[in-house]
Amino acid sequence: MAEYMEYSPRVLNAMLTAGRYDDVLRSRAIWTCTGCYACTVECPKQLPVTESIYALKRASMRAGVYPRRFVTPVLARQFVRLVSKRGRSSEAWISLSLYLRTRPFQLLRYAPVALRMMRRGRLPLRFESVREPAQLRRILAALDATTGEDI
Amino acid sequence: MSYAYYPGCSAKGTGRAYEESLHAVFAALGVGLDELEDWNCCGASGYPAVDAAKAAALSARNLALAEGARPGPGPVDLIAACAGCYRAMLKTERTLADGGAIAARVGGALGAAGLRYEGRARVRHPLDVLVNDIGLDRIAEAAVRPLGGLRVACYYGCLLVRPYATFDDRRAPTSMERLLESVGAEPIDWPLRTRCCGGSCYCGGPLIGALPEATLKLSHRLLTDAKRRGADAIATVCPLCQFNLEAFQGQMARKFGEPIDLTVGFFTQLLGTALGLDERALGVHRMLRWQLPEPAGAEGGAHVLA
Repeated sequence: MAEYMEYSPRVLNAMLTAGRYDDVLRSRAIWTCTGCYACTVECPKQLPVTESIYALKRASMRAGVYPRRFVTPVLARQFVRLVSKRGRSSEAWISLSLYLRTRPFQLLRYAPVALRMMRRGRLPLRFESVREPAQLRRILAALDATTGEDI
Repeated sequence: MSYAYYPGCSAKGTGRAYEESLHAVFAALGVGLDELEDWNCCGASGYPAVDAAKAAALSARNLALAEGARPGPGPVDLIAACAGCYRAMLKTERTLADGGAIAARVGGALGAAGLRYEGRARVRHPLDVLVNDIGLDRIAEAAVRPLGGLRVACYYGCLLVRPYATFDDRRAPTSMERLLESVGAEPIDWPLRTRCCGGSCYCGGPLIGALPEATLKLSHRLLTDAKRRGADAIATVCPLCQFNLEAFQGQMARKFGEPIDLTVGFFTQLLGTALGLDERALGVHRMLRWQLPEPAGAEGGAHVLA
């Protein structure tokens, strides 16, 4: 995926060394990483590359400087909101709300695939939920009350 | 023999055929799967991009529930079929076992909701359980309708073997090849089998493809290479990989100019076919394309879905 990043992971590393934190956190590059761990497995120095990029994503979220027009951070936020509320994700609603937010005009392009999936029972529209979302929210709220290094 | 089973969100949606064929195969082999009561989302790869401790807490709740359902003192095997759920819960299993700062916070948070986790859960993938617990001999014996030399490209994708290799090699895994070979398939040699399909940009978005052009290019490369090497079908271990490789072949043909038309199924569907299970029980009717050549030397009809 590095070819789709405006800064490759090596360049990101050099930028961090040079103190250009803000440019790194605002970049699309960190949000282009799919988290496939190929670099982690191949790194001759055994650096935790993928986990480091996850940490940069979290820092970019916390600082509120993630690229607003880019799909992946918006998706991550939507996903977190839905899962925190209901305890489960819904593929159909996450996709739909994301398209509406980031590129509504592409909806038509993907509609035929969505319809074929629906006809085969693979894109249910109902919201799934855990039995007691309140219990899950208590767990998550308890973590808001404590802080710690987030790595 | 029975295992605790964690379905994950995709098993109720895009990956329904995975769950159906998994249940059918395990039942045919006489192994039980008990769905975890009131399971929640594993956090996938979206949650850890926002909050690592909460992502761990989500999986930790599932581990605690699995433990609660099976009183100790022994370990509790929890099967997660989706490679994304498998990776997320395995990571949490290890984070909690390591006992660092996040483990302490998560333990406290579970306690606030009246839950407790002792550390007995072992996250397992069904491929591991089939090959290493149930065993290839028993599976080969049950194969009443061997695959007759079906040339399968075994696709592992990212998260089944990376970053953790609990039961196979991170660079050159062989479990799926050995499993399908034991029921009569002829797995092809395919170096790209652990390369990312590009669809993994955050579970929860099957129709998304964060970067459509990148996703399309990565999956196209995988599909054409498998085809060039003579694959009749691709076997997958992840609902997102399966969907991503199956559903956009039409768009690829328009963009790159050559039709692909390659069957992309779950490894459990191919295994179940060899076990002589009904196509409907294996969720074949849910696939967007499904066409396997007639097994060499078989008397029955072709595995063809109109």
